[in-house]
Amino acid sequence: MPFKIIASQCTSCSACEPECPNVAIREKGGTFVIDPKKCTECIGHFDEPQCVAVCPVDNTCVIDTSLPRYQAPA
Amino acid sequence: MDVSAQHDASSSGNVDDVGEIMQAIAEHKGCGTTGGSGKASCGSQAGQGDLPTEIWEKVKNHPCYSEEAHHHYARMHVAVAPACNIQCNYCNRKYDCANESRPGVVSEKLTPEQAAKKVLAVASTIPQMTVLGIAGPGDPLANPEKTFKTFELISQTAPDIKLCLSTNGLALPDHIDAIAKFNVDHVTITINMVDPEIGAKIYPWIFYKHKRYTGYEAAKILTDRQLQGLEMLTERGILCKINSVMIPGINDQHLVEVNRAVKSRGAFLHNIMPLISSPEHGTVFGLNGQRGPTAQELKALQDSCEGEMNMMRHCRQCRADAVGLLGEDRSAEFTTEKIMAMEVKYDADTRKAYQEKVEEERVAKVAAKQEELAELAGASSDIKVLAAVATKGSGLINEHFGHAKEFQVYELSTAGAKFVGHRRVDLYCQGGYGEEDSLETIIRAINDCHAVFVAKIGGCPKGDLIKAGIEPVDQYAHEFIEKSAIAWFKAYLDKVNSGEIEHVERGDAAIRQGALISAA
Repeated sequence: MPFKIIASQCTSCSACEPECPNVAIREKGGTFVIDPKKCTECIGHFDEPQCVAVCPVDNTCVIDTSLPRYQAPA
Repeated sequence: MDVSAQHDASSSGNVDDVGEIMQAIAEHKGCGTTGGSGKASCGSQAGQGDLPTEIWEKVKNHPCYSEEAHHHYARMHVAVAPACNIQCNYCNRKYDCANESRPGVVSEKLTPEQAAKKVLAVASTIPQMTVLGIAGPGDPLANPEKTFKTFELISQTAPDIKLCLSTNGLALPDHIDAIAKFNVDHVTITINMVDPEIGAKIYPWIFYKHKRYTGYEAAKILTDRQLQGLEMLTERGILCKINSVMIPGINDQHLVEVNRAVKSRGAFLHNIMPLISSPEHGTVFGLNGQRGPTAQELKALQDSCEGEMNMMRHCRQCRADAVGLLGEDRSAEFTTEKIMAMEVKYDADTRKAYQEKVEEERVAKVAAKQEELAELAGASSDIKVLAAVATKGSGLINEHFGHAKEFQVYELSTAGAKFVGHRRVDLYCQGGYGEEDSLETIIRAINDCHAVFVAKIGGCPKGDLIKAGIEPVDQYAHEFIEKSAIAWFKAYLDKVNSGEIEHVERGDAAIRQGALISAA
C-alpha cells in the first residue's frame, strides 16, 4: 500500500515534493499527488515516510488501503 | 539546480575570532543612536549618526532596518517559498502564515520567473521600492532552489534592489555561502527562545535531516541551528535582524534573555512583535485561547530590551506578498494576471532621480526637527506622553482621521519625539459617513495617547475623542511629524506648568488582531 495525499487537506505547500526519495510526488490540479507505482513507503531509504514527516497538515499523507503494500525487491 | 551549499556546517567558527566584528556591530545598537532613555529612535538622527559608513549604506534606505527610512522607502515580498520545515503554534499553514499573511486568503504562489517580472513591474511603478524580500509563506531556506533562483534573476535585471530574506533559521547554517554569493546583506531570523523547555511550548515539531523531531529535542536542535546561523552571518558581515513573537505567559519574560543572546552574537536589530492569535486563524494558540500582549505590555518589554540594543518598533507583520510602504499594502495592484499584461520598462535613472528627491526631503525633515528641538532645550520635565499620528508617509501629518488605516505612535518628552510603535485600526470612514463602532475601535487602539495628529477631522469624532481624553490636533496639517509633535509638546508643558491643565496618565491600549490588508 503506497501513500496517497488527501487533496482536500493539501495546502499545496510543496514541502513533500523534494523530500520524496523516489520522485513520486508532483503537482496536479492545484495540489500534490503521489504516483502509487513509484512510492516505496520510503522503505530502504528512511526510517519514516518523508511526505508524512514534512507535511504541515496531520493525516494528509496516508496509506492508500485500496492498494497492496509495497514489496521490497528480493 | 542546486545553488545552495549543502555542506554540513558542523562548526560555526570560533566566537573569539568574530568577537571584534560582533562587538563593533552591537555597539551601534541598530541604527546609530546613543543609549539612554532619551535617545532618538532608530536612524532618525540627521543621518548616519555614529554608524560606520558601510553599515549606514546598507540600512539607510531599507524600511525594515531603519525606522526613519520606513517613512520614505517601500519594500516588496515575493511568495516563492511555500514549503516550511517547522511547525509553529502561532501559524496555520492551511491558510498561510498568520503572522505574515492575511489569514484565510491564500497568496498567489509565484515561480522565480514570475517573481522577477513582478519585481520589475513594481520597481517601475513605485520608484521608492528599494528592497525585495523573500519571507515565505513558508521558509525561504526550506525552498532553497526557488529562493536563490529568484535572487539570481533579480540581481541580473535590477541590481540596485537590495535583497533580503527572513527565515526560522533551521536550515540557515547550510546556506550561508549562497546568501553571501547573491549579496543578500540583510537576513532576519525568527528566534522566540533560547531555552528548549520554552521552545517545546511554541514548536510542536521540526523536520531536520529526513526526520521529524518533537518536544524538547526539536526545540534544542532549532535553537542551536539558529544561534549557529546568526554567528556565521555576523562573521561574514551580513546584517541580522532578530524577530521574536511575544507570547504572554510563555516567552514574554524570556525574551530579555533572547535579546542578550542575540546581541552577544552580533545581531543588529531586535524586533519584538505581538502574537497574533484569533480563533478564526485556526492556529494552536488561536484555538486554545492564548492571548496576545496589550500595547503597554509590548512597549514595556521593548523598552526593557532597549538598553541592550536597538529595537524595531515599526514592524507591520506584513504578508509574504506585501508591496508598498510598510503601513500600506498595494499587492492587489500587482497580481500575476496584471503583471503579465504589463509592459515593463526598467529605468534605473528615473528610480535614482526619484530617490535623490526623497533624500532631499529627509534632510529637510531632520533640519526642521532639530530647529524645534533647540526650542525645547531649556525645558526640564519628567513628563512623557504618547501621541498618535495619521500619516500616508514621507514623515508628514498628511492623512485624514477617517481615512487612516493605522496610527503611528510617538513618545514625547523633553528629549524629543521618539517613534515607539503603530496601531492598526479598522477604517473609520466608509463611503463618506462615520461608523460609531469603528470610532470606538480607534479610541481603544490609541487609548494610551494624549493627542492624535491629523490632516483633517470631522466634528463628530472630534467631540468623541475629546470626551475620551484624547486631544485631536489638526493645526499641523501637512507639516513634519516630529517637528509638529515637539512644538505641541512644548505648548502642553507650558500649559501644565502654568496650571492651565493638569497632566494625567493615560490607560492601556488594544493591539488589533489580523494582518494589515489593503482597503477594499
